Amino acid sequence: MATKLPPVDIVIIGMGWTGGILAKELGPTGLKIVVLERGAPRSPQNDFAVPYIRDELRFAQRNDMMMDVSQDTYTIRNNPSETALPMRRLGSFLPGEGVGGAGAHWNGVTWRWPDHELRIRSKYEERYGKNYIPADMQLQDWGVSGPELEPYYDRFEYVAGISGKAGNLKGQIQKEGNPFEDPRAREYPLPPLLQNHAGQIFWKAAKDLGYHPFIRPTANASQPYTNPDGMKIGQCQYCGFCERFGCEANAKGSPNITVIPVALRNPNVELRTYAWVTKVLKDSTGKKATGVLYVNVLTGEEIEQPADLVIIAAYQLSNVHLMLVSGIGKPYDPATQSGVVGKNYAYQAGAGVTLFFEDKSFNPFIATGGWGTSLDDFHTNWNFDRAAHGGIGGAYITVGGSNGRPIAYRPVPGGTPQWGSEWKRAVAKWYHSAVSISASASVMPNRVNYLDLDPTYTNRFGQPLMRMTFDFRENEHKLVKHAAGIIGGIGKAMKPTRMGTPTPRLSWSVVPYQSTHNTGGAVMGIDPNTSALNQHCQSWDLSNVFVTGASAFPHNSGYNPTGPVGALAYRMADAIREKYLKRPGLLI
Amino acid sequence: MTDKNSGLGRRQFLGGAGVAGVAAAATLAPVAPANAQAPAAAPSPPPAGYTFFQPQEALFIEAAVDHMVPKDELTPSGTDIGIATYIDRALSGGWGKGDRLYLRGPWPRGTANQGYQLPLTPAALYRAAIGGANEHCRKTFGQTFDRCSAAQKETFLQELSGGKITLAGGLPGRAFFGMLYQNVMEGMFADPIYGGNRDKIAWKMIGFPGVAANNAENIKKYNDGRRFAANPVGIADMS
Ligand SMILES: Cc1cc2nc3c(=O)[nH]c(=O)nc-3n(C[C@H](O)[C@H](O)[C@H](O)COP(=O)(O)OP(=O)(O)OC[C@H]3O[C@@H](n4cnc5c(N)ncnc54)[C@H](O)[C@@H]3O)c2cc1C
Ligand code: SF4
Repeated sequence: MATKLPPVDIVIIGMGWTGGILAKELGPTGLKIVVLERGAPRSPQNDFAVPYIRDELRFAQRNDMMMDVSQDTYTIRNNPSETALPMRRLGSFLPGEGVGGAGAHWNGVTWRWPDHELRIRSKYEERYGKNYIPADMQLQDWGVSGPELEPYYDRFEYVAGISGKAGNLKGQIQKEGNPFEDPRAREYPLPPLLQNHAGQIFWKAAKDLGYHPFIRPTANASQPYTNPDGMKIGQCQYCGFCERFGCEANAKGSPNITVIPVALRNPNVELRTYAWVTKVLKDSTGKKATGVLYVNVLTGEEIEQPADLVIIAAYQLSNVHLMLVSGIGKPYDPATQSGVVGKNYAYQAGAGVTLFFEDKSFNPFIATGGWGTSLDDFHTNWNFDRAAHGGIGGAYITVGGSNGRPIAYRPVPGGTPQWGSEWKRAVAKWYHSAVSISASASVMPNRVNYLDLDPTYTNRFGQPLMRMTFDFRENEHKLVKHAAGIIGGIGKAMKPTRMGTPTPRLSWSVVPYQSTHNTGGAVMGIDPNTSALNQHCQSWDLSNVFVTGASAFPHNSGYNPTGPVGALAYRMADAIREKYLKRPGLLI
Repeated sequence: MTDKNSGLGRRQFLGGAGVAGVAAAATLAPVAPANAQAPAAAPSPPPAGYTFFQPQEALFIEAAVDHMVPKDELTPSGTDIGIATYIDRALSGGWGKGDRLYLRGPWPRGTANQGYQLPLTPAALYRAAIGGANEHCRKTFGQTFDRCSAAQKETFLQELSGGKITLAGGLPGRAFFGMLYQNVMEGMFADPIYGGNRDKIAWKMIGFPGVAANNAENIKKYNDGRRFAANPVGIADMS
């Protein structure tokens, strides 16, 4: 029997980026808010201290800050005809766990997804005709436009302290910014990071080819900064221990040093760590949530926390899992293409090539998580003619390199032996002198890319694991093959001593890390028959349940997700505060 | 070259970073890059003895790491730089016992895209696979792996890594090789506190400066193709 606690007004599941934003924004209402986080508490002072935090083996190989898959994981397969098997070790993606979530150890790359992504179906139909969209591609508009989201992008960027250069200020194209971005009301809060030598060479080659390079916007602060909540962010040290690590310099715009401490200043906001939510509870009508069930993982005690409003902010994958095990919304069935929860799961596709310059040193360890020199000519550029390549979406191209940590980073030219003296000589020779160009490509929804509950495997509580059926389909193949050609052309123009073959990723494997950019499964939209959530990311079925995160994305772009994840969280907070709390019920 | 960065204690380091935004990089004076042709200096030896490997297994592991990381002008042998010790400690510790590994069944073989699917902890895999490897070498070359010639060792490892060998009991050789290779790289390049990479020899070999990384000034100075070189600093040096 679960222990039943006195009711509270709002329960938030998960204390990462979006849980932190919601807690901070709703704190001033004075309502009693409890945030339940399944992982450990974290204090940047201790958890991110040097030298402790600069341990590649512990944090980047053993993934100390991430989800522990011995307790809970996902089953995976490429196609419905296969038997899904558990992801027994973390690999392809690294869901966060503990206060700050994945936000504690993200890179920081922060994009504004443009209007043509948010209104994707309308825009492609308008430009290329209805028949351009394949039948098995469940492409749909998000129900929110670029201009509607602009003020919320702005809020997130100013809170996280993004360093970047505007490309389009109120319609005026800006030199050295991304000319293809949608108009923005004001500059980034901080100037862009410095470029390294690889970025300079890439920049010149890209310019010569007629492309539009710019320094990628990211939450690694180029200068000390105080955000609108008065939170202080330090200057980035280009330390090369960024992605997968907490930041010792307090320079990474993470929830741990921004929204979470601000939220917790409100005496009515309570954070309970080691509190693993297993289910959202419903009343007898099934139309209203009554609270949540969680386990105190320190004691094993099962606890019921009644609440008037439940906000699921547990990261894209956990969000969808919680909805499926709690019966919130109708599960998606790929055979009939009916139902909504689990549909339109997407990920990111890509291509890459490594270049070697005999006479140059790029000092790969002098790096930040999110920096890079990018170009958007084949992605956000709406004038890029997709019809010529047959695809929908695109790929943005970057020369970056977030670190030189040597367990994982040891580039050698193709044909080098895997071990022995010759291998060692190659590692020593090329360690400083390699540059990689990568393309990050969109993934469009597909009828058979989806999430549901696994029939066989269970987590530590005996609950079914979530099953992921996913592969890169025809559209992705077109995009990454095209992108591989482009990066090969830029690579050549950079005049390296040696260059590998640009390689597109054609099939999804759970083994190598690719990105923690999982999207979809509880998508937002304007029609309850095709989306689990409405435009405010409120459940169509249970109006007192809201769901944050990239699970709301109906498709995935080539961009990293947290710009719109943050923006949608701010927008949700406004809708809850201004509308929902005044008149609880469906907002649409 | 001295390894102790005296004066680069934790306090001083922290004092330079953070909100004030003043880099402490100056404390890490660049030094000339190590001459790759000079004979590799002998590191202090790893502690004798193993916590996980039995004698026959120790012979296998030492032979494997010495074959993959041979003594040459760049480094002493893999065993001498602590790689075997590193793997031994990893296997007897939490990682070897299955930390962060989902081990519930059933365990069908799966596709390559589905990753590791054996019902074995790393320690259990090593135990079974080393026995199987020696058995294979005895059958093929007439002796255990450690007694094989360099050419035979090379053949065996190539075939193991290429997925051509199934070990006793049906164990897929490639799964073992994948883990072994990863662990050799970890033992070579991880922070020396884990028992490998003795005297930061592998970091010196490539010019990785280690964990002291206040580079806000260095990025301005070294963004023209010049090499930044510094005596590497490990966790122990700053603790
Ligand atoms: C290594 C890495 C690098 C990244 N780099 C970038 C980048 O450069 N740019 C970018 O845009 N994005 C990046 N991301 C993604 C980014 O971190 C996420 O988009 C963002 O953190 C999502 O916010 P969220 O609130 O949805 O989830 P999170 O921030 O992950 O927070 C979710 C929280 O919910 C908790 N939780 C989960 N299940 C439960 C449960 N059942 N009960 C209680 N609590 C639960 C988790 O423990 C976690 O703390 C990166 C991610 C990783 C892992
Ligand atoms: S690269 Fe910059 S933002 Fe990232 S952890 Fe290092 S100092 Fe912090």
